[in-house]
Amino acid sequence: MPDLRELYQEVILEHSKAPRNYRELATANHKAEGYNPLCGDHFTVYLDLEGDSIRDISFQGSGCAISKASASLMTQSVKGKTRAEAARLFDQFHKLVTGQSPANGNRAELGKLAVFSGVSEFPVRVKCATLAWHTLHASLEGKQGTVSTE
Amino acid sequence: MTTAANRLPTESHPPQVGDASAELDVQKARSDFPILRQRVRDRTLVYLDNAATSQKPQVVIDAIRLYYERDNANIHRGVHFLSEHATEEYEAARKNVQSFLSAADASEIIFVRGATEAINLVAQTYGRTNVHAGDEVLITAMEHHSNIVPWQILCEEKGARLRVAPISDSGELLLEDFENLLGPRTKIVAVTHVSNALGTITPVQRIIEMAHRGNIPVLVDGAQAVPHLKVDLQALGCDFYVFSGHKVYGPTGIGVLYGKSALLDAMPPYQGGGDMISSVTFEKTIYNKLPYKFEAGTPHVAGAIGLGAAIQYVNGLGMDNIVAHEHELLAYATTTVSAIPGIRLIGTAREKAGVLSFLLDSIHPHDIGTILDQEGIAIRTGHHCAQPVMQRFGIAATARASFALYNTREEVDALVEGIQKVREVFA
Repeated sequence: MPDLRELYQEVILEHSKAPRNYRELATANHKAEGYNPLCGDHFTVYLDLEGDSIRDISFQGSGCAISKASASLMTQSVKGKTRAEAARLFDQFHKLVTGQSPANGNRAELGKLAVFSGVSEFPVRVKCATLAWHTLHASLEGKQGTVSTE
Repeated sequence: MTTAANRLPTESHPPQVGDASAELDVQKARSDFPILRQRVRDRTLVYLDNAATSQKPQVVIDAIRLYYERDNANIHRGVHFLSEHATEEYEAARKNVQSFLSAADASEIIFVRGATEAINLVAQTYGRTNVHAGDEVLITAMEHHSNIVPWQILCEEKGARLRVAPISDSGELLLEDFENLLGPRTKIVAVTHVSNALGTITPVQRIIEMAHRGNIPVLVDGAQAVPHLKVDLQALGCDFYVFSGHKVYGPTGIGVLYGKSALLDAMPPYQGGGDMISSVTFEKTIYNKLPYKFEAGTPHVAGAIGLGAAIQYVNGLGMDNIVAHEHELLAYATTTVSAIPGIRLIGTAREKAGVLSFLLDSIHPHDIGTILDQEGIAIRTGHHCAQPVMQRFGIAATARASFALYNTREEVDALVEGIQKVREVFA
């Protein structure tokens, strides 16, 4: 039986209550919106891209604890990274939350993001955990419109 | 004559032994629903998502199985034994629906896939014929998407206007505003009988009287009402009434459109095909009489028979007993859940049925739903296909517990304990 404490780890609860980089970014030159119609989660991700690297990143919006904490931790994880590094991190994060990541694999690279490993036991919550990442991806690609998880 | 019932010894179609004058024996009723016996996530299942769909009693499951085991044949045109019996059973189900709703005639009962299809049917036939540019369709602010979008599609096509009667902070229709929105341009009123997101029982009787003063026909969406209230179409006098079988202990994929004969007769067909014609040549097709004009193609025969069995089951228990039990249960749930610190109820109308929508502090309903699920408690979280209702209350979603005849006080207690667990996780 999946363990609730694995899903709602302290770090996740703490970030959902006090999300980091939760503001509009005055210097943003990219932004994208993400929407999860299933639970009404709605986030905007702001990016300040300098050349190939993410100089600054922030987000705003509303959603469940998992989606909000994921957005918060994502902004911390990708700040200062290049597009390629951010894309690689998303790939690893996606594998982690969908249970495709070997337990003793490359989790070191994920750093704090490893707290989301419990999500893989709750398949309906994968969309919550990845919403901000899909939105970041769209923002990096310069896509117009709203990203939807449905 | 050999009847379907005496060809095989069977456990199905048992005599209806329910005593409609007695109180509902909930424990006995629970034993009629095999799905409730199972454990989920190592817990006893507490199923509180009945507004989404209800569970099925054994008699309904048996009726469907028996139809396929014994009676399966295409209906209405067969000259053989099985076809004759399948037709009899299908038409008997129609008569069950007719008497259940007190419709004047069985030909006013049209089998469709569900409430959604029924509303689309009316919008695309009655609506397309009678709603023109500049006309108005009047709905309320607490409709399910299925009673909004079909009218939006119609209004967009015709250049007509969708008007929305507002609701109060408790989730009650503001009748005066509703009446003021009725006018010479209003061509049809479509209103829910019970709100799926708030549980409000709307004053349909008064709505119908107001609309009929201006000769405006009224469609009532009864998807959430038929399982929880005694519906008497003769007393209501509405022009169209729709519901889905699966919410009233019947199978999915079957539902009902009731329409007054005069209106249905004047409406063009919805879909063309077999069964809905009386003769076809390449020059001209003559449509069949009611209700077959609106039942093109082979219908969901097993579904209709299953729905007929569900209605017999409900009649056996007695609708009045079910109403009384659910009323008491909702009152108990309202009291006990309200007492939990941080709870905010969404939908506090004086007249309610079946639904308890709530928020807990600033915890997202989806998180509430996941934690309750770990306790074996099934509720719904989200916008409940009623996004405008969420917008009206300035929220994105609610957690919704919804009740059926088989739910108990102990299950409400389990819900309360589950909500306490949510508070602990997010403490």
